[in-house]
Amino acid sequence: MNRSQMIWVVLLLLGGSWLAWRATSMGAGRVFVVEERGTERLADGWEAAAGHARLSVSRTVGVWVAAFFTLATLSFLYRDNPLYKLAESVVVGVSAAYWMVVSFWTTLIPNLFGKLVPDWVNDWAMPDLSPVRDDEWLGYLVPLVLGGMLLWRLAPRGNWIARWPLAFIVGTTAGIRLVGFIQADFVNQVRATIRPLVVAQEEARARGVFQLDVGDTISNIMLVIGVFACLVYFFFSVEHKGAVGKVAKLGTWYLMITFGAAFGYTVMGRIALLALRLEFLFDDWLWLIDTRGARPPDWTGWW
Amino acid sequence: MYDFLRTLDRRWIFLLVLLAISVPILLGLKFPETPTEQVRNAFEEVERLKPGSRVLLSFDYDPASEGELGPMATAFVRHCCQKRLRMYFMALWPIGPQMADDTIDRVIHRDFPDLQYGRDYVNLGFKPGNEGVIKVIVTDLRQLYTTDARGTNIDRIPMCAGIRTVRDFDLIINVSAGYAGTKEWVQYAASPYPKEVRLIAGCTGVQAPLMYPYIPDQLRGMLGAIKGAAEYEALLLEKQYIRPDEVRYQEGLRRMGPQFVGHILMIALIVLGNVLFVLGRRRERVR
Repeated sequence: MNRSQMIWVVLLLLGGSWLAWRATSMGAGRVFVVEERGTERLADGWEAAAGHARLSVSRTVGVWVAAFFTLATLSFLYRDNPLYKLAESVVVGVSAAYWMVVSFWTTLIPNLFGKLVPDWVNDWAMPDLSPVRDDEWLGYLVPLVLGGMLLWRLAPRGNWIARWPLAFIVGTTAGIRLVGFIQADFVNQVRATIRPLVVAQEEARARGVFQLDVGDTISNIMLVIGVFACLVYFFFSVEHKGAVGKVAKLGTWYLMITFGAAFGYTVMGRIALLALRLEFLFDDWLWLIDTRGARPPDWTGWW
Repeated sequence: MYDFLRTLDRRWIFLLVLLAISVPILLGLKFPETPTEQVRNAFEEVERLKPGSRVLLSFDYDPASEGELGPMATAFVRHCCQKRLRMYFMALWPIGPQMADDTIDRVIHRDFPDLQYGRDYVNLGFKPGNEGVIKVIVTDLRQLYTTDARGTNIDRIPMCAGIRTVRDFDLIINVSAGYAGTKEWVQYAASPYPKEVRLIAGCTGVQAPLMYPYIPDQLRGMLGAIKGAAEYEALLLEKQYIRPDEVRYQEGLRRMGPQFVGHILMIALIVLGNVLFVLGRRRERVR
């Protein structure tokens, strides 16, 4: 065992002992539930201390498993390791299975079989679904056939059949998105750019006096110039030299500021995600802090 | 020093970031928030509604974005409960209904037990199809939503009576982590029906810069990242919809402490990186 391994073993033993001590003496990581109107809801430590809530073994195990996988995922920052690989595989496997089950129960059953054979679905799976067929039920044979053709790509021969439904998906998606983009991102954005370059203050105008609204005027001018400069930057039919080059350069500055703002927002998002995981570890799992005021004071602390 | 910093193992940076986020959480560092115009506009859209108005809440996110979007969802639902609005939850993401249930449990079951399922709120569940779902329900909601998330026929849910399309709602609130989300709601609901569909959104930091061009005509207000959530919570506090001691409703405000220290560290690292870059170029020129 080399020095680095020795240090890790000592750290893990110390950390494990501390965790075991906290879990047994303080009860850290426990989750309580309370029965209400026939359903189970999460209870806080105050309710548990008052004897109104009971310990939920499954949810307590859930907190410990979540803590383990959080630490296993974060361990990748040190180096790739088997614990990280395990966490990664579990995420992929669970996600795939979850998608499959959700798609089956929310699409295939109510939206396809529920339309084709509603009495059977009503009898077997969804008692609240109407057992009466729609007048246009025959139309649902089309997605059934297309779905079957799509699965044909798994067959050893004739997998070209899968290209037809794929072509249908590509065509309809392109059509739907084209309309959406033209209306929301082209026409409406052009309209939003048509703004007065000199803005009068509303209150003064109501009194019949012209008074310049400096803030809105500068904002509108910058907006119009920015749109124009960025469009020139992406206009490659003319060489970016002279006046065109200078405007394109201005467009680059606008784009850089946009990317900077986007980066800043992304940093904020990532820090928020990390903060949530650390809050979970410190609060829900280890009970070092009590951010939601969910426990009596003597249930929280380092020792 | 220069060589030490140039060859510094990146894991020391990771450790610094961990400390910068952990210490403010452990110390409970908080800062006051001043709401921006976009957040005020979003707040006012909910505020102007009369009790009993219909609000569609589309929770298009999953646990991966809970840190940013959970506080927004909680703040929106709390505000709707205070205003006694009728809430219709739906999702374009498969785990969205669970996120809605989680928020319902956190806010409605705990603090508004008098609100009844089917009369005051309903979870319509997830429908696959991304923007296709929006495209259908703007003209015929019942074509896709025959039952709610529990499998109850929609015709037997009292608060669903009279709802034919998305245009029948007084406001749409979208909490979005990406595709399909706010952009699709703007493209397929708010843009084709600008007078009938009023849309506000809370979205992740990655999405927020892409949504700004839609404000204010296509998107009437927006909460961008955790800062937006914190500002919304500040407005709820200001209007006394939540009490200062209700810390469960101040998750956004609480998470701005780690944000502040984390951003200071980021700025310091960017400046340091650039100084090292300039110094490196000078050294090369000298050689």
